[in-house]
Amino acid sequence: MIKPFRRAAFWLGAALITSFAAALPAAAQQKLKIGFITTLSGPQGVIGKHMRDSVEMALEHLGGKVGGLPTEVVYGDDQFKPDVGVQVAQQMLQRDQVDIMSGIIWSNVMMATLPVITGAGKIMVGTNAGASPLAGAQCNELYFSTSWNNDQSPEAMGKHLQDIGVKELYVLAPNYQAGKDMVAGLKRYYKGNIVEELYTKMGQLDYQAEITALRAKNPKAAFIFYPGGMGIQFIRQWAQAGLRDQIPLYSVFTVDETSIPALKDTAVGQYEARFWSPDIKIPASQKYVADFRKKFGYTPSFYGAQSYDGIMLIDSAVKAVKGNVKDTKGMVAAMRKANYKSIRGEYKFNNNHHPIQDFYLLKAVKDSTAPEGVAMHIEKKVFEDHKDAYHQECKMKW
Amino acid sequence: MTFALVFEQLLNGVQLGVMLFLLAAGLTLVLGIMNMVNLAHGSLYMVGAYFAISVSQWSGSYLLGVAAALAGTLVAGMLVEVVALRTLYQRNHLDQVLATFGLILFFNELMAILFGRSALFASLPSYLQGHIELFAGIRYPVYRAVVIGVGLSVAILLWYVVTRTRLGMLIRAGASNRTMVAALGVNIRLLYTVVFGFGAALAGLAGLMAGQIYTVQPGMGELILIQVFVVIVIGGIGSIRGALVGALIVGVVDTMGRAFLKPVLGSFLPTVAADTAAPALASMLIYILMALVLALRPAGLFQARG
Repeated sequence: MIKPFRRAAFWLGAALITSFAAALPAAAQQKLKIGFITTLSGPQGVIGKHMRDSVEMALEHLGGKVGGLPTEVVYGDDQFKPDVGVQVAQQMLQRDQVDIMSGIIWSNVMMATLPVITGAGKIMVGTNAGASPLAGAQCNELYFSTSWNNDQSPEAMGKHLQDIGVKELYVLAPNYQAGKDMVAGLKRYYKGNIVEELYTKMGQLDYQAEITALRAKNPKAAFIFYPGGMGIQFIRQWAQAGLRDQIPLYSVFTVDETSIPALKDTAVGQYEARFWSPDIKIPASQKYVADFRKKFGYTPSFYGAQSYDGIMLIDSAVKAVKGNVKDTKGMVAAMRKANYKSIRGEYKFNNNHHPIQDFYLLKAVKDSTAPEGVAMHIEKKVFEDHKDAYHQECKMKW
Repeated sequence: MTFALVFEQLLNGVQLGVMLFLLAAGLTLVLGIMNMVNLAHGSLYMVGAYFAISVSQWSGSYLLGVAAALAGTLVAGMLVEVVALRTLYQRNHLDQVLATFGLILFFNELMAILFGRSALFASLPSYLQGHIELFAGIRYPVYRAVVIGVGLSVAILLWYVVTRTRLGMLIRAGASNRTMVAALGVNIRLLYTVVFGFGAALAGLAGLMAGQIYTVQPGMGELILIQVFVVIVIGGIGSIRGALVGALIVGVVDTMGRAFLKPVLGSFLPTVAADTAAPALASMLIYILMALVLALRPAGLFQARG
């Protein structure tokens, strides 16, 4: 009774395996696999959610076909750790056999992971991390960025503060490399008097002591860089201390659409500098923001916009090589043209594969059209076609 | 550096100190009496914050949120004790660390699933907003003053319970000699569950007050837990008095270091050197203090066990 059944099962299995094996090579040529690394767990997972939802949005806008090929996106969670990022990348390259890679939020994860990707001969489209070495001496033919170099946003804020004639500034940032880079970027354009430059412990929760000290000095304005939870804490305590109406607070990477849902009205009046805002008057961006709000019920952040843009850049390159994604040279040449409808409008890549783009001053205002009730609005353009400060150190020419 | 500024920073330090004390009191009891390393204590703090914020938003009443957080963490603490920790008392510390670390992961993901990963924002009722005028033109936020008041009242209450009641006597006896207490016919299991629930409710109280100052998000407990361990090591494991003194010392030293180390260093060092040294030194200060205490009094400032 059992034996014949077993034999049948065996032959059925064998038949299935051969049919799969036969189907495999054909499928590989007609399909595109993108490996997308971001942070999906832990408190920073909210940024990863913005990025993943934006990739899904891009896929929907492209009808599920990037560059005309049916597309599968493999998501990987780097857990905010460089070593995990490297593991995830290796897994994607070897096990999942992805054709191209994208994503990565953190500079340190990017610095560790990029050599693995480019070493395997694959293209990486970075959609957030803006490590300076990658814009300068360590620029790479296979690495493109749809975001910016870390210094550029504080540079824009420094320029604005210089332009409006802020005489003195109180500066606060966490005590780590990016904190110091941000202040260096600010100082590149702001030439006024910095009354205090204070570095606080990374991940600090309570800023009451710093705010008390600041109030004692009573500066004309303050500049902060507090990404993630630190910023939410600082801004709330700033408002609780009653300083919102007394001292103008300028920031970079502190108030955005990932922190506005928590900050709500305490964010109102906050100034930020950035290359993009959900209200930017660019058709591609307006379509992205409107559809995104409809589909996910919240406003996308610049993290999301850059990721959406990354998929669109890949789409333009795959189209240019007519779906032959193995043609890496052709893909790179196509990407350099930035020939697609970007959420920031038309732009060109610099020799280091970083966008040459405009930067704006943003202000958080009450906005009943936004699901959060508060939204960032563009106040004015600060830089036109701004290049990063490191591109001359990049030896790449094309 | 006026007197008013120093005094205000001192208040900030005391406020941080009482928050740390509320967490340290429960942790030090569990560690001292049950000889149990409970890394998940920070998770109960987080649970308290989530209870408070969700119930007060759902009901519109801040006080209802407070009550729910206290009751909720008490029950959650006892539940965790009965379900998970009871089996671990006889195990070694490594097993306890592993198991309670697992609980941290469990609670963090649970909160992320229930409330999302984004930080939640609690707004204060109007009677707790604003500032009170102290002398010399010092304006201090009402809420932080309330935190100090609540923390110190709890300290007095705990002192009363531990030194003047039968429960307190059992707790002290349990801290000095567990076997003897059990031999005298005390239901030590029940005592453990009660103490654990009690400690959890204190952590919940800290959490519900912290929710208004810090952000409520998964993983918020681990950020503060390290400082709490420093407190109980300085204060002496198992000693409530030690926890209070240790917490106040850590709170004041940390705050004063952050506020005044830089100007003090700047008065005799070049500015650049002071700029780099001050933040690094300020964040190390409490650990240096802990090392000093350990070197001079290895069992902490107040020894619980003979």
